[in-house]
Amino acid sequence: MGKEAIEAVGVHKRFGDVEALRGIDLAVPTASVFALLGPNGAGKTTAVRILATLLRPDEGTITVEGFDVQRQAQEVRARIGLSGQYAAVNEALTGEENLEMVGRLYHLRRAEARARAHELLERFDLTDAARRPVKTYSGGMRRRLDLAAALVARPPVVFLDEPTTGLDPRSRLGMWDTIERLVGRGATVLLTTQYLEEADRLADGIAVIDQGRVIAEGTASELKTRVGGERVEVTTATPDDAPRAAEALRSIADGEVVVDPDTATVRVPVRGGSRSLMDAVRTLDAGTVDVADIGLRRPTLDDVFLALTGRSAEEVDEEREAA
Amino acid sequence: MSGNRLAWALSDAWVVTKYNLISVPRVPEMLVFLTIQPILFVVLFRYVFGGAIETPGLPYQDFLIPGIIVQTVAFGGITTGIGLAEDLQKGVIDRLRSLPMARFALLAGRTVADIGRNLFSIVLMVVVGFVVGFSFHDTTVLEILAGVVLMLLFGFAFSWIAALIGLSVPNAEVAQSAGFIWLFPLTFASSAFVPVDSMPDWLQAFADINPVTVCVNAVRELWLGVPAGDDILWTIVWSLGLLAIFAPLATARYRRTSRA
Repeated sequence: MGKEAIEAVGVHKRFGDVEALRGIDLAVPTASVFALLGPNGAGKTTAVRILATLLRPDEGTITVEGFDVQRQAQEVRARIGLSGQYAAVNEALTGEENLEMVGRLYHLRRAEARARAHELLERFDLTDAARRPVKTYSGGMRRRLDLAAALVARPPVVFLDEPTTGLDPRSRLGMWDTIERLVGRGATVLLTTQYLEEADRLADGIAVIDQGRVIAEGTASELKTRVGGERVEVTTATPDDAPRAAEALRSIADGEVVVDPDTATVRVPVRGGSRSLMDAVRTLDAGTVDVADIGLRRPTLDDVFLALTGRSAEEVDEEREAA
Repeated sequence: MSGNRLAWALSDAWVVTKYNLISVPRVPEMLVFLTIQPILFVVLFRYVFGGAIETPGLPYQDFLIPGIIVQTVAFGGITTGIGLAEDLQKGVIDRLRSLPMARFALLAGRTVADIGRNLFSIVLMVVVGFVVGFSFHDTTVLEILAGVVLMLLFGFAFSWIAALIGLSVPNAEVAQSAGFIWLFPLTFASSAFVPVDSMPDWLQAFADINPVTVCVNAVRELWLGVPAGDDILWTIVWSLGLLAIFAPLATARYRRTSRA
């Protein structure tokens, strides 16, 4: 025990009338990836900003690599890298200069900062653009550079605040690869995300945050078990067909098949992903059921929210706007 | 602060200064602000107002050059204000605040970079001044350099005011207008462009105690031999006084500030 890279106990933060965090506890083991999952405004960014020494909590104690974020902030700063949802890089400087500058400010020697900048530019596929001002970079390139800047000093703890928000699907996949490789070398990563899929793919542990509280915690599969995992959803042409479809699909189900007669929908929990979907299609095709629609549904943040709070993430957004 | 930490703090500030100055020639707005605008101002004031303004004892171009340069260095800090507001908006300040760098290094680096930019403006405007007929009188090389140093110090103090403004406003556009707006009355209701005794009494009262007047008069004494009482000393007092107030305020603001 005591080998937690990040430990937070009873963290509260209030902005005027808004209680952004209402008692957050976190324990992130060294060299693991931990995701804070939640909708906009849940308090994810506030939590990261406190962990990264940018904001002071009103209450609570937090240690990063054993150092207190309030009393030993400089020691913490020497051991963390932060990459936010904005590309926090200097537009007029080149990619190379940006990384060298950050390296120097982490107190690397000049030659070391330069060597490290080259290494990272190569790793992030930015070598060709290394000597161009950042203002000529695409959005994806900027985000890669921003992430590279967070890694300059090889920090043992890396905070990634919504690392893929606003990225196109291809850049998102690239970012996931990068984050996975980052973990391979033993860093502790805490990331925030609105996408269950992202937390599922990257994180060992997930804390679901809602209204400044952790409302559920566990591995992705533990959460999905609570929510219900992936399922095949079949809408039959007429409501009368639904029970027959359910009967036929029972053979491929991993759990109880649910029929919703109002919408003529059958929900079949499965485990095999698209293979299960094809099994379902074959099974139905062999029978005499008319299918209007069939698809594989994976649980989303919305499902998690619905299961945990009885409200969808969208409703949470609306509530916040109304408040 | 131990010697080691002080050394790092200075090194941090120097790193910020260096990369700031590297970026200057790459930003077109900055180049215009630094070169075209001062040239335009000298030429316009010299030829548009020069014929209409009486400056007893001095040709208008000689009267004008110290005044217009002091105005330019007072405005010079606005680049720092705008830059900080932009950095704040884009999350750059968050990144920098998460680094183990000294807390005052970002502001010190940027304001010191302003000194570099102001030095460039001063040299450029003196050269343009020569072209439109300006000349130094009753002075020595040492006094000319003292005038330059005095204006750089004065501009440095104004950079810290601009830094505080830049960190206190929501975006770069506001930083720009908030940075300019108070400087217009301050620089025009001074001895920079017209003799103060041509103004109505109430305005004269303001112009006489205006630090811009004090600095312009001090430089006129150093560059043109126009006696200015204790204004050299008062320029130093004003500059150090403004620094003593605004450097800690801006640094405190930086410590707490972050994009909401």
